[in-house]
Amino acid sequence: MGFPHTPHERESLVLSQHFGDQEAIGLEGWRKRGGYVALQKALTMTPAEIVAIVKESGLRGRGGAGFPTGVKWSFMKPGDGKPHYLCCNADESEPGTFKDREIMRWTPHSLVEGCAIGAYAIGADVAYIYIRGEYTEALDKMNAACKEAYAAGILGTNAMGTGKTVHVYVHKGAGAYICGEETALMNSLEGRRGNPRIKPPFPAVAGLFGQPTTINNVETLVAVPHILNNGAEWYKKFGRADNPKSTGTKLFSVCGNIQRPGNYEVAMGFPFKDFLYDLCGGPLPGRQFRAIIPGGISVPIQTREEAENSPMDYEGFVANGTMLGSGGVIVIDDAQNLVKQIARAARFFAHESCAQCTQCREGTAWTTKILERIVAGEGSAEDLDTLLEIAENMTGKTICVLSDSCATPVISGLQKFRGDFEALIKKKKVHMVPAQVA
Amino acid sequence: MSAARTEMGGERGPSDLQHGLHEATPHVPVFTGARRAELDELLTRYPTKMAALLPALWIVQEERGWVSSDAMAEVAQVLELTPAYVKGVVSFYTMYHQHPVGRHFIQVCTTSPCNVCGAEDVVNALLKHTGCEELGVTSADGRYTVIEVECLGACGFATPVMVNEQFIESVTPETVPALLASLR
Repeated sequence: MGFPHTPHERESLVLSQHFGDQEAIGLEGWRKRGGYVALQKALTMTPAEIVAIVKESGLRGRGGAGFPTGVKWSFMKPGDGKPHYLCCNADESEPGTFKDREIMRWTPHSLVEGCAIGAYAIGADVAYIYIRGEYTEALDKMNAACKEAYAAGILGTNAMGTGKTVHVYVHKGAGAYICGEETALMNSLEGRRGNPRIKPPFPAVAGLFGQPTTINNVETLVAVPHILNNGAEWYKKFGRADNPKSTGTKLFSVCGNIQRPGNYEVAMGFPFKDFLYDLCGGPLPGRQFRAIIPGGISVPIQTREEAENSPMDYEGFVANGTMLGSGGVIVIDDAQNLVKQIARAARFFAHESCAQCTQCREGTAWTTKILERIVAGEGSAEDLDTLLEIAENMTGKTICVLSDSCATPVISGLQKFRGDFEALIKKKKVHMVPAQVA
Repeated sequence: MSAARTEMGGERGPSDLQHGLHEATPHVPVFTGARRAELDELLTRYPTKMAALLPALWIVQEERGWVSSDAMAEVAQVLELTPAYVKGVVSFYTMYHQHPVGRHFIQVCTTSPCNVCGAEDVVNALLKHTGCEELGVTSADGRYTVIEVECLGACGFATPVMVNEQFIESVTPETVPALLASLR
């Protein structure tokens, strides 16, 4: 649903079908809408059976990396005598992305159910939902949903009367983009600074509290009950016939210079051109799209032409110079100073760097300084080469990919919109108040 | 995180010194009675005491409005950590206040998606109408503190503004006076 808009007929409403429906928030209303049927069923299956169905469905991680969920779950070995943990990554902080927020606000029980199934499937007694501290409404809704689920015997040491133990706890973050990185999230949950950890060991071997752990995004987990209820074949039908690698529906958050920003749910492979112009209403009056970032600010910038050619799935975006990422579509029109926005993106990463790797700590800060200098009309010709040199030193050389993410808009921006940078350097002194970091 | 922020240069928020000294009043323990019971319940959720650190700091901030050094020492004692460790964690996260803030703590998102929709104008309007003049400085009447914040995760409803725990969406410079009036 293009919430807060009425759904478009070309959307495929699965995860978002109850957005805007007040009655779906509470347990009673959620049960009337088919809630917890999948969990009841799951608890009578073996974990291996659940993992097999999820694997077969082709569901891939919706947080950005796109790793096959069933395969990730199969790394966990229930019955190995160790405590296992599921972490739900609800630290949605990627600029341009606000889908998990709507899932938690409108259908909190769908996430409780998804977490409970996920935990059971990987042999974990406990699932933690790590929600960013700024999401106050989502936190309230999720806490209330957990409380209801415990009171109704859905969670606890006798989950749904099956004698099985499933706990789901909400954990509130405290303001740090980096905690959306899975190993930083685990450190944060353990009560540490949110510094990412070196891999290996991977979380499935030594994760939260040193035990086997799986981390899944909110949108990934809420898809699981639908897959169990309707089957893997049903899920696979959403997608391009010629691309079996991307299945199911995907929520896209749309923001920036566009007529109807909001959340939309479409089948994988939906034509991006139709999406931008029909579903989202196209550019603002008298304007044209100039640049589009389709998967949150960490993915390469697309030109309008690249965007208009893209099928909206993992492979479709890669074939057109970018990535699906988190599905946060940022639209920038021809009224904007694109270099200023790239500088602002770099400033974001400089602020959010955990500062443990030199390339990132120094690279994000210097990239920002140089870009802001260019925007202020004080750039020099060699600045562009310097930026690319720094970007190269920031790519593939650090513990996590925050550093790479800062380099991405610089590299793709210079590849595709070099003229904008050169024009600023050559003559134009463009007014810009540098954004201030409080 | 703080290293990178210092590196950024430009206009900054005020230093701790400008916020004055707030440690003069004696610390009254937070974790007694209901708050202690709340923490004890939280401790059952985790295999380590340390894991309750972020939740414990949230309790402190809910009670006192900020996290003082004395409060960090209390948290350290309760969770069997050192005060230095607790301060290290507090200073990593942007949402814990290490000094008192205005009664209405106003955070405005100015990251790229909101920036292209005019978020900087919203910041300027807020600074003007609150009388704060400068980011991070509390207004003379103690009513407001305005800061810029990175992505609030409400990009489709630019510009989102957070006042304490409350989210206000689609704020424009024109709606700022009405927004502030609703807080009085």
